[in-house]
Amino acid sequence: MQACKISISVQRENFTVSDEQSALQSGLEPGGASQTPGAIVSFVGLVRDEQDAEFGALQSLQIEHYPGMTEQALGDICQRAGAQWQLIGCRVVHRVGSINSGEQIVLVMTAAAHRGDAFCACEYIMDYLKTAATFWKKACYESGARWVAAQDSDQQRLQRWAK
Amino acid sequence: MALSVLYFASLREQMGGASQRVDCIEGESIAALAKRLASSRPDGGAALLEPSVRAARNQQLADRTELLCDGDEVAFFPPVTGG
Repeated sequence: MQACKISISVQRENFTVSDEQSALQSGLEPGGASQTPGAIVSFVGLVRDEQDAEFGALQSLQIEHYPGMTEQALGDICQRAGAQWQLIGCRVVHRVGSINSGEQIVLVMTAAAHRGDAFCACEYIMDYLKTAATFWKKACYESGARWVAAQDSDQQRLQRWAK
Repeated sequence: MALSVLYFASLREQMGGASQRVDCIEGESIAALAKRLASSRPDGGAALLEPSVRAARNQQLADRTELLCDGDEVAFFPPVTGG
């Protein structure tokens, strides 16, 4: 079984999808142990425009994490995805700190020989990231702030990966 | 003999700090530690005893029945909301 090259970043800075894709591809150059991908799937999560009945329009999200545990949890999720599908490479970037409405929060990029594996693995990683990686969001509105509550629907989505 | 205790997100705000060092009691479980930490607070530390609060021991999700050792890092936090 081929190895999946995994790369994880938890960072304050924004990211550029094209740069991340170039970096992922150049890390998978032939000559190394890995094969050249025939499919790359990218998921980008953004800060949604949102109105709160009490506090008004959303201005930004404050994202906090548990340094060390977060990176380890993301690495574990990617490793499980790599074992379940024929992944060649996988890149996860998650931002922390203050992120304004409309900005990028998270990138999950998966590379495989064929699209089916890349699509499934990307969705699997995102579903587990939502429920098992130690990040917390605080939503800051025009006139107040509150911690975002975990969604039951995110837990329910995991059931489709159970076999 | 000491444990390092960390709190995150809403729990950090409710507990009034991100971390504290506490004595390690030989053979104490995570559940017993949470009770001890809560009862040492003027407000009774109800936030820490919420059933939704998760615990990690040395950066791995942990069951409340796990027993603690000297030097362990124990974290308490609400359900995660990343992505």
